[in-house]
Amino acid sequence: MQVWTCVVCGFIYDEMAGLPEEGIVAGTRWQDIPDDWACPDCGVAKADFEMVAV
Amino acid sequence: MEPIVIIGSGLAGYTLARELRKLDKNVPLVIITADDGRFYSKPLLSTALAQGKTADQLAGALAPAMAEQLNAEVLVYSRVEEIDPATCNVRVAQRLIAYSKLVLALGADPMRPQLTGDAAESVMSVNDLTDYARFRERITGAQRITILGGGLIGCEFANDLSLAGHQVDIVHPALYPLDRLLPEAAAQDLQRALSKAGVTWHLGRTATAVNHAAAGYGVTLNDGTVIAADAVLAAIGLRPRVPLAQAAGIRTSRGIQVNRLLETSAAGVYAMGDCAEVAGHVLPYVLPLMAQARALAATLAGAPTEVIYPAMPVIVKTPACPIAVATVAEGLAGNWQVSCVEDGVCALFQDEKKGLLGFALTGKQAGQRQALAKQLQALLP
Repeated sequence: MQVWTCVVCGFIYDEMAGLPEEGIVAGTRWQDIPDDWACPDCGVAKADFEMVAV
Repeated sequence: MEPIVIIGSGLAGYTLARELRKLDKNVPLVIITADDGRFYSKPLLSTALAQGKTADQLAGALAPAMAEQLNAEVLVYSRVEEIDPATCNVRVAQRLIAYSKLVLALGADPMRPQLTGDAAESVMSVNDLTDYARFRERITGAQRITILGGGLIGCEFANDLSLAGHQVDIVHPALYPLDRLLPEAAAQDLQRALSKAGVTWHLGRTATAVNHAAAGYGVTLNDGTVIAADAVLAAIGLRPRVPLAQAAGIRTSRGIQVNRLLETSAAGVYAMGDCAEVAGHVLPYVLPLMAQARALAATLAGAPTEVIYPAMPVIVKTPACPIAVATVAEGLAGNWQVSCVEDGVCALFQDEKKGLLGFALTGKQAGQRQALAKQLQALLP
């Protein structure tokens, strides 16, 4: 399990925790998040930026 | 065909270019920038010191790589001197560049505090990557940093600097920090958390002078207190860059005024990002910028598209006390209902008839922001 951060706003996505409030269950890997997902804090589309591993 | 010209290579200009290229790969595109044209994300500048990041590490692709990625011409170190909407030209260093459509993505200037003293000019601000590099160099080995302004950027820097091992003083005119965004209970939670992290508050006061001292500077406050500092950072607000538009006869108010198509009072000239006032709203945050970029890209590609603003919570990146706030328009009827729990404050602004109108969440409570944001009305539906 990895932790990722958005290169635009610094939002943290922790694979272990997922984003249950957005319907992404705990343990979901970054690569399994749908391509139309956008960063909840800054709105950047998944396809547009590299989430970088922390 | 004349190119689409974008002035500015910040997050606004480059995001727009990227969105445009998704819709139109070939329309000629010129990006003119006063700086070096490297890609970087401004919101990250206020959380990067604790991570030990240099300006180069924060920067993404260099201008030539951006030009290639975006199939655009990127003119660096080029300051636009004049816009002529009548002939559709911009002037850069004696050269005229014709445009089919022009986009002003000029950003905003940090406000300068009114200070006297022989070191007033040494007060820094961090508004772009170059500023960040300069500031980081200045504070290397400096222990005591005074921040003027306890708003969003001031608080983020205070947290970041204290995490990076500096001793931080904040001077703020209101009686609690972030007073323009937060109700008192939420602000006090942040105040406590930053105090615990080692930040010293000077609330209800303003700085009047900065002078050289035996070591470093003395920052004099309006109650006579003098704070010893090795560096002084001003974070008292941003002013949209309007003079270029104003000089061209384009209508401005707080920002460059645009409608929901992001078009200014001059036909074919658009504005977005921190310089723009969109249907009366000046929102220098990332979510609105992304919404603008998508709408304007569609418009420039030939399908006029109004910008839609959903409810857009603002995130304050203070790890000592994370905050999410959906602001409440001034004068709106309703009441704050505040519940404080051990791990944060949940303040909801409600009206009996209209329901939830805004919120301020601190600490672990900030995790509810998405769920709560869904209950809010859109700002521009």
